[in-house]
Order: sequence, then structure tokens, then C-alpha cells
Amino acid sequence: MADGTWRPYRVLLGSRLRSQTTYRRSFAMDLLGSLSVGALEFGEIYVIFTNVDVLGELDFAAAALLFALATICFSLADMVVGHADRLPTYLRQGTLDAFLLRPLPVLAQLITSDLSLRRLGRTAAGVAVLGVTLPHTGITWSVTTVVLLVLTIVAGTAIFAALFVCAAAIQFWLVEGAEFANAFTYGGSYAAQYPASIFALPVRVLFTFVVPAAFIAYLPTLALLDLPGPPGLPSWLGWCSPVMAVVMWAVALTGWRAGLRHYTGAGS
Amino acid sequence: MPTFPSQAAPASGRTRSPIAAFTAHVVMGFRRWSTYRLATAAGAFTNTVFGLIKAYITIGAVGAAGGTLMGYDAATAATYAWLVQALIAPVNIFGWQELALRIRTGDVAIDLARPIDPQVAFLAADLGRAAYSLIPRGAPPLLVGAAVTGLALPGAVLPYLLGALSVVLAVLVSFAGLWLLNTAAFWLLDMRGVITLYMVASNILSGMIVPVHWFPDWMARIAQVTPFPSLVQAPVDIVTARVEGAAALGVLATQLAWFTALVLVGRVVFRTGARRLVVQGG
Repeated sequence: MADGTWRPYRVLLGSRLRSQTTYRRSFAMDLLGSLSVGALEFGEIYVIFTNVDVLGELDFAAAALLFALATICFSLADMVVGHADRLPTYLRQGTLDAFLLRPLPVLAQLITSDLSLRRLGRTAAGVAVLGVTLPHTGITWSVTTVVLLVLTIVAGTAIFAALFVCAAAIQFWLVEGAEFANAFTYGGSYAAQYPASIFALPVRVLFTFVVPAAFIAYLPTLALLDLPGPPGLPSWLGWCSPVMAVVMWAVALTGWRAGLRHYTGAGS
Repeated sequence: MPTFPSQAAPASGRTRSPIAAFTAHVVMGFRRWSTYRLATAAGAFTNTVFGLIKAYITIGAVGAAGGTLMGYDAATAATYAWLVQALIAPVNIFGWQELALRIRTGDVAIDLARPIDPQVAFLAADLGRAAYSLIPRGAPPLLVGAAVTGLALPGAVLPYLLGALSVVLAVLVSFAGLWLLNTAAFWLLDMRGVITLYMVASNILSGMIVPVHWFPDWMARIAQVTPFPSLVQAPVDIVTARVEGAAALGVLATQLAWFTALVLVGRVVFRTGARRLVVQGG
């Protein structure tokens, strides 16, 4: 029974993975490109820290940890559901109708329609930064910190993935304005890489409780390093990322269902 | 093969002057991009949200440095961030791949058959695109910036005049660099890797991510020998009067020199590529 449920997904994913790795040199170039995007983003933090010692109460090692967590979570979510931003193309061309005819949930089909392995290049950049910076952060290793680290990566990935699904859901109404959603997916990723304490209060609230970027890496970093948070953001909130992930997925799935019901086909 | 009327009857009547043809392409570029209003609004919205994040990062860095950082205070650092966001669309900082795609599909054959030089035609269309995007994509980040963090802009007129010239040159340098990058499609089947590397280099070295003035020595030295600072840092420096007088003219001259060099190399490479081009089918 269980095998019968998962078999179509296994077959679909297997075919995607094979198709991407068939052209080895292209795939290697894509991986390298993705890695260099990660390096570019770290470049911004590196340049800032060649000028200052702390940013938003975090030193370079802590800021690098924050960056690494945000990048790993974003790249994993981007790999699994990032291609959901192709939905406007399917809507315009009417090819979404084909998805509706198949006996699998549309969202699951969209997710398995392309699992972009090349994004792992960016994950690798995040993992490299994480590996180098962890010994310098002065983190006290215990079962608690290990659990929190793993939990953070899982929950952070889930939050970003939910943001991508929310962004895709909005496309059912916008179609031509796909880039509106980028402000929250890619913008959320950008905001997640920096300590939320540098933002003015309204912006901090926006990127903590509306687009929960601070829950992805900043609050967990505070909890991991046992640092006090800025006013209004105690560091125990770092343990609440999984709660935020559940809330975001509830919003995303509700939005997605509403969007799909709104869809009336392109008449093709 | 059927003969089309346009082929049967050679273009008759008045021949258009090169300037009229150029202007027509500028207008077409403008109209092509002004068709998609909602996409423009979406782009402006995204630029503004990123500006909000970027402005607080630069303000935070200046604050951490004790109030000034390489000549930037909180107000000028925020102004830098908002101006950069306003320039992203006009200067096409995230790239352009149309020529590469046309080379791959063979559509470039049509461009070669036209009675106007392809590079000139695309340059004119790009100027039209930039002219259109300047206000709708540039004004929202600046207005929000003025309301949220405030903008530190000069009171004199001259920086704006020179700045306008610098923005036009930045658009030209950007086009010339992207044209050259696109011509690689004559030799490469898969352009994605090359394009990503170009984007990474241009985004960081242009000063789009952080001001070039904040770079450590080794990075500043690399940036100096590339055309990329001419895309963003140059116009922002001139508009904010960070560089003035003779220094400003020097920056403009550097931009002009990069445009001239890139556009000439782009011509030669395009011609070389077009000579070995084989387009399949008919």
C-alpha cells in the first residue's frame, strides 16, 4: 500500500534527476554557478566585516553562522520547490490543465516536475561557511545545541518552502506580476541572512512575524550562541521555528487551495 | 519556396536616414517595455523591498563603524542603497540574454538580414527600454527611501546634470558588456555557466551589493581594472556629489572609455561569430 502511494513520486523524481545529470559538463557548470552565487552573497558580509567588528551585536563568526544557516535552508527549499515560480508560464499556456487530469495532487506534481539539483552548489557554499565558522563561534556543544541546529535547518527549509508555495498561490490571481512574490521569497532570503536587530522596528516586525525570515536563522543563532536578543525578540524564540513552519504551511496550503479553485483554465 | 511580396518588390520610395532608423528603434524599445505595466509595478515593488533591507544593512554597518565608514554616514549610506535599487532596472544589472537566445535559435539570421546594423539596432532598443524604466522603476524606491530613512542629496544642480550623463553612460557600458557576453553563444551551446559567472562578477564589482569604497584592497584593485564600477558606483558617486568637479569628469571619461572599448570589441567578435554561423532549416 505504502509502496503504491509513493511509487509515482519515486519514478517522477528519478526521471528528473537522470535528465539533469545526463549532460555532465553543463551540470558541472550549473553547480559551479550556483556555488558562486552563494559565494557572492557571502562576499557582501565579508566586505562589511573588513570594515567593522560587529554588525547588529553579532561578530564575524556569528554573522557567518547566521549566513550559513540562512543559505543552507534557502538553497534546499529552492531545490525542492523553487521552480514553483514557473507556475505563471503554465497558467498562461494552459498546461496546468494537464496536471489537473493526472491522479496526483497538483502541488505534489508541480514540486516533482523539476527538482533542481544544481541548487546544491549554493548549499555547498553554505555548508563550507558553516564548517569553517562553527569552531570560531564559541558554541557550547551539547545534545541541546545539536538538536537545535538540526531542527533549525529542517524548520528553516520548511519555512522557505512554504513561502515559495505562498508565492506560487498568489500567481493564480496575478499571472503577469510574478515578480511581486520575489519580494517575499528572495527578499525573505536576503533579510534572513542578516541580524534582524539592524532593522527599524516596523521592518523588524515585518521580517519576523509577517514574512518570518528572522525565525529561519537569526533567532536560532541567538539561541545556539546563548546571546540575548534585541528588545521584543528574546532568544528562546529560536526554538519556535518549527511552530512558525507549521503556521506558514497552513497559510500556504490554504492559499494554494483557494488559488486552484480560482483557476478556470486558459481555454486551450 | 514561395516568394513573399516584400522580397519580390524591393524596398522602394524614400530611404530612411540612419538617425530616423535609430530613433525608431529607441521608440520601439520604449513601447515594447511599457506594454507590461503590472510587471513594471511588480519589479518596482521588489526593488523597493530589497532597498529597505539594503538600507538598514548599510546603516547598520556605518553605525557599527562608529558613525562614519569610508566617507559614508548613516544618511549617505542609506541614500547609496536606495539609488542602487533605483538604477537596477535602467542599467539592466541582472542581465540580458536576448541575443544569445537568438543566436541559439537561429533568429539572429533575421537580424543580420535587416538593413540596420544589429548592434546599433539592439543598442537603440536598449536605450528605449532604459528610458522607459527610469521613472517607473526608479521613482518608487527613491520615494520610499525619502519617506523611510531620508535621502541625502546635493542641493546644487550640477551633480544631477553630470549624474544624468553618467546614468546614460552606465546604460551604454552595461549594454556593451552584455552584448559581448551574448556573442559567446556563437561558440558555446550552453551559456548558463558563463552568464552566472558574469552576473556574480558584475553584481559585486559594480558596487551593487556594497559600495566599492568599502572593498578591501585586493578587491578594489580587481574592480578598478573591470568596467563594472562604471555601471553603478560611478553614477551614484556623481549624483550624490561624492565625486565633484575634475574628479567627476574623470569618472565620466572612464565610463566613456569602457563603452568605446567594449562596443568595438563587441563588433569585432559579433562579426567573427556571424561569419562562422550556420543556421539550420529554412
